[in-house]
Amino acid sequence: MNMIAGPASASAGVIGQAGASISVRGLTVTYNTGLRAVHDASFELDPGTICALVGVNGSGKSTIFKAIMGFVTPAAGEIRLSGRPVAEAVRRNVVAYVPQSEDIDWNFPVLVDDVVMMGRYGHMNFLRIPSRADVYKVHAALERVGMSEYRKRQIGELSGGQKKRVFLARALAQEGSIILLDEPFTGVDVKTETAIISLLRELRSAGHLMLISTHNLGSVPDFCDQVVLLNRTVLAAGPTAEVFTQANLERAFGGVLRQFNLGGAALHDDEDPRGLTVLTDDERPLVIYGDRKGQSAPPAKRPGEPTS
Amino acid sequence: MMAELLVPFGYDYMLKAMWVSALVGGVCAFLSAYLVMKGWSLMGDALAHSVVPGVAGAYILGVPFAVGAFFSGILASLGMAFVRQHSRLREDAVIGIVFTSLFALGLLMASIWPTSVSVQNIVLGNILAISDEDVVQVAIISAVSLGLLLLKWKDLMITFFDEAYARSIGLNTVMLKALFFTLLSACTVAALQTVGACLVIAMVVTPGATAYLLTDRFGRLIVISIMLGAGTSFVGAYLSYFIDGATGGVIVSLQTLLFLAAFVFAPKHGILAGRRRAAMAGAPV
Ligand SMILES: Nc1ncnc2c1ncn2[C@@H]1O[C@H](COP(=O)(O)OP(=O)(O)OP(=O)(O)O)[C@@H](O)[C@H]1O
Ligand SMILES: [Mg+2]
Repeated sequence: MNMIAGPASASAGVIGQAGASISVRGLTVTYNTGLRAVHDASFELDPGTICALVGVNGSGKSTIFKAIMGFVTPAAGEIRLSGRPVAEAVRRNVVAYVPQSEDIDWNFPVLVDDVVMMGRYGHMNFLRIPSRADVYKVHAALERVGMSEYRKRQIGELSGGQKKRVFLARALAQEGSIILLDEPFTGVDVKTETAIISLLRELRSAGHLMLISTHNLGSVPDFCDQVVLLNRTVLAAGPTAEVFTQANLERAFGGVLRQFNLGGAALHDDEDPRGLTVLTDDERPLVIYGDRKGQSAPPAKRPGEPTS
Repeated sequence: MMAELLVPFGYDYMLKAMWVSALVGGVCAFLSAYLVMKGWSLMGDALAHSVVPGVAGAYILGVPFAVGAFFSGILASLGMAFVRQHSRLREDAVIGIVFTSLFALGLLMASIWPTSVSVQNIVLGNILAISDEDVVQVAIISAVSLGLLLLKWKDLMITFFDEAYARSIGLNTVMLKALFFTLLSACTVAALQTVGACLVIAMVVTPGATAYLLTDRFGRLIVISIMLGAGTSFVGAYLSYFIDGATGGVIVSLQTLLFLAAFVFAPKHGILAGRRRAAMAGAPV
């Protein structure tokens, strides 16, 4: 697959990106079953950032996304998007959201083109008649995720990974300065994942702010500048190098995380005390080479990937 | 022979019946495009039966039947929404319970207060005997519904396709769904006059189902559906002049014939096309 930056993509959406920010303060969300999914969570994110949201199943990642979109009403706390309250930010298309699982009817008679065009609806007048610019932006978005040749397919006639890319394109077409991606890499092959990551990097250079939940611990240091570690509340939040440490991860995942330690002695004959630790949440593992506990995780490279 | 075929066009009441049927058939078909997609087909049936006590009540009180029907339609929708939210019952069970109880109430009212003879017309429908007053009511309901649907069809499409997304771009999905069910109640009331309560379900399901077999785009689905609904209703009313009276039966039979044709011959989703594809895939290259 080939995700290319179309001629317009470099400039698309740059306007108005200045000041894309997320501010979550003391967020508490209680579902009507009485379950308190998130308690007193706080973090702040600035423009031009890719932030990973990491935690075990049920730690409240999707709940935080839903609160940011205004789908659930917080029991306490405040969320501001680019300085605006949630409802207003959503109305102004400041934020685009790619949910974890699309709760939609795949047999619905809409083509890939139609779905991506829905990303433009928020920008159209009440009759929702697409302008030539809208059509162009839809094409550009599909091009960027490498799905142009599937434009005329009915939405159900795609593979899981292709569907994910279509919904990513819809978020791009929406031109929100904040993009929320709930587990965009599950069920996606390595090639697509790499392509999505390079697309996210491009968006970051254009000043977008992206919040991404993932179980793919290994790729977090690759492309995320910030990490929020979550377990019902924020355990740690900040720059990847400071937060994404073995000690913090063990705290966030407890016994859930699979961990393999290879001590220095098992690796080499000399006195070098450094060892190799492999942490995995069942997707791409995080490999830490160095002192145990407390040391920051160096970017894990895939075999064959050039060291930069 | 030719002159004989043109006879229905010579009568005012036949012209009225044909045009009113076509209008109602078209609007119901518009709504059917959404109902079929959402798996809510039974909802149309439920509403049609639920309005019977409202109609009976309206006749007893001497108010326009549309008012009574409309109120009981809304009551039924609210009732279904309430029971669904506050119990763990599945949708079909809730629909079944609410509409049969209201239908039973309607029949009971009709038998206790025999003044409401025309309840017969509501259950079976009789467009050929429609009064001028009712024509006006039906025409207003249909025209307003059509106008609103034309304005909001895309918003409704997104709401039905992906509700969470619709909300995420700032659409008021609760209002849109409420609008849809209000229109559905109103149009089933209008359709009572043409085909009767028992057959309204066909008007709000069959055209959409047929169109769904013919296209992969929602906009076209709506256009095809409306053409089918309005066309069959017009022709059905015309034919019923010769068959004498059974308008609802004729309209719905025509719709069924077209559905069967699409089911077999549809270019992409028909069974013949499926066979052909399977045969081609199996053939040696
Ligand atoms: N609609 C809901 N009603 C009630 N409880 C819910 C609802 N959605 C989620 N929960 C509960 O809230 C908690 C947090 O769920 P959430 O979906 O935010 O987890 P998550 O971090 O996204 O997990 P995963 O990694 O599995 O996606 C869980 O215990 C879950 O059971
Ligand atoms: Mg989740």
